[in-house]
Amino acid sequence: MTDKLTWKDMEVGNIVKEAGNACFRRTGDWRTERPILDKDKCIKCALCWLYCPDASIKPGEDGYYEADLYYCKGCAICARICPVEAISMTEEEER
Amino acid sequence: MSRRVALEASHAVAEATRMADVDVISAYPITPQTHIPERLAEMVADGDLDAAYIPVESEHSAMSACLGAAAVGARTFTATAGQGLELMHEVVYVASAMRYPVIMAVANRALSAPLSVWGDHSDAMAVRDTGWIQVFCQNSQEAFDLTIWAFRVGEDPQVLLPVMVHLDGFTLSHVTEPVLLPEQSEVDRFLPRYHYRFALNPDQPMTHGAFGPPEIYAETKLAQAVVFDNCKKTILQGWQEFRDVFGRHYNPVEEYRTENAETLLLTIGSFTETAKIVVDARREKGEAVGLISLRLWRPFPFEEFRRAVRGAKTLIVFERAISFGLGGPVVAEVRSALYDEETRPKVASIIGGLGGRDMSEEDFEYVIDRGREVAEKGSDRVLETVGIRGESEALKR
Repeated sequence: MTDKLTWKDMEVGNIVKEAGNACFRRTGDWRTERPILDKDKCIKCALCWLYCPDASIKPGEDGYYEADLYYCKGCAICARICPVEAISMTEEEER
Repeated sequence: MSRRVALEASHAVAEATRMADVDVISAYPITPQTHIPERLAEMVADGDLDAAYIPVESEHSAMSACLGAAAVGARTFTATAGQGLELMHEVVYVASAMRYPVIMAVANRALSAPLSVWGDHSDAMAVRDTGWIQVFCQNSQEAFDLTIWAFRVGEDPQVLLPVMVHLDGFTLSHVTEPVLLPEQSEVDRFLPRYHYRFALNPDQPMTHGAFGPPEIYAETKLAQAVVFDNCKKTILQGWQEFRDVFGRHYNPVEEYRTENAETLLLTIGSFTETAKIVVDARREKGEAVGLISLRLWRPFPFEEFRRAVRGAKTLIVFERAISFGLGGPVVAEVRSALYDEETRPKVASIIGGLGGRDMSEEDFEYVIDRGREVAEKGSDRVLETVGIRGESEALKR
């Protein structure tokens, strides 16, 4: 969309008037590795949810925390912080 | 009714800022700018000015605090000089690109090394391309007037650009002169309350300062260049309104005794008043010598400048900075402005007054005489200067 905008479309001082529009940006396509959750190991402590810098980890209906791959950049902080090593990283190529 | 009072130029700037009813001041004291924030801090402490004075630990923080204040729509002021302007350099660009009309007085000071607290234009020349509207003052009255005017122009909804008001360190900043102070009601008539449409507000969340990927960065810069090009209208309109209210008229390029002048001297800032004395003396001797002074520095006043030099045979640019490997920064722009003209004067470049070196009337006499020779015959020197010992032996390779 931005490749259609001319200089006349630029807001004063590049202000973004629409609040919260970062949710439309699919940052998941930056990812080279994705987190895989082993529910047998997970103790539902929510540390991954707390540490995720993109707030892309959310609790599901079953109480387990899983990454929304639309936003997850694959930074692996969740895998590093997990106290029971329930999260492992897998290269996207191996899908 | 104006009152005629003796004011140091620094205090004239502070008084203008007070009368502009500024909301936020954030500044870090540095010679020779110190008297400006010092006086403003006194006014706030004494209850004479209802503003927030934010003390900071550096000029980088001073300008950053000003950006934050401007983002919520505050009328915002700072002042600096020399090294301080250099330390805030990266944030200076941010103010203009984000269209925050911060007003900044710069008491021009030489740059290190060697360490110098004294005046020249090295600091001003280092911020030429920052996207700020910039003017140079000749005297204390102008320091007052142009500060008031800077708020009027910078905050105009069509402009929204920061404005730098340059005044020479010491030779102007510390000089006490008679200044006509207007009534508060006159200032209020000239300067409306500032209303910023995009002020940060929790009830209407928006983002200031988002990053610009390659898909939009270039368009953003063109938009900024267009706004800068358009601001000239408001600059002139601001000076017209200023005359209507206060009776004093300013213009982008001041012309002094330029009628039928064969030789023109070009100066910026406080050099101009000494130059006038010398031009008067030359005119009395029957020499066709005149003077032009660039008051508006950014946007460069091409049209007014070309009109002012039309018909002159020789133009001598006398300036207070060096661009190493180029020469004088001002003369380079002046030559560029004249290149497309069918007839144009021969241009000579002379540099003086570096690091606070006093320039007397005799020095200006030398500038005129030597400038004519250089314009005619050229120069074999690395730089043509006045008052630098051994200069004639510094020859180009």
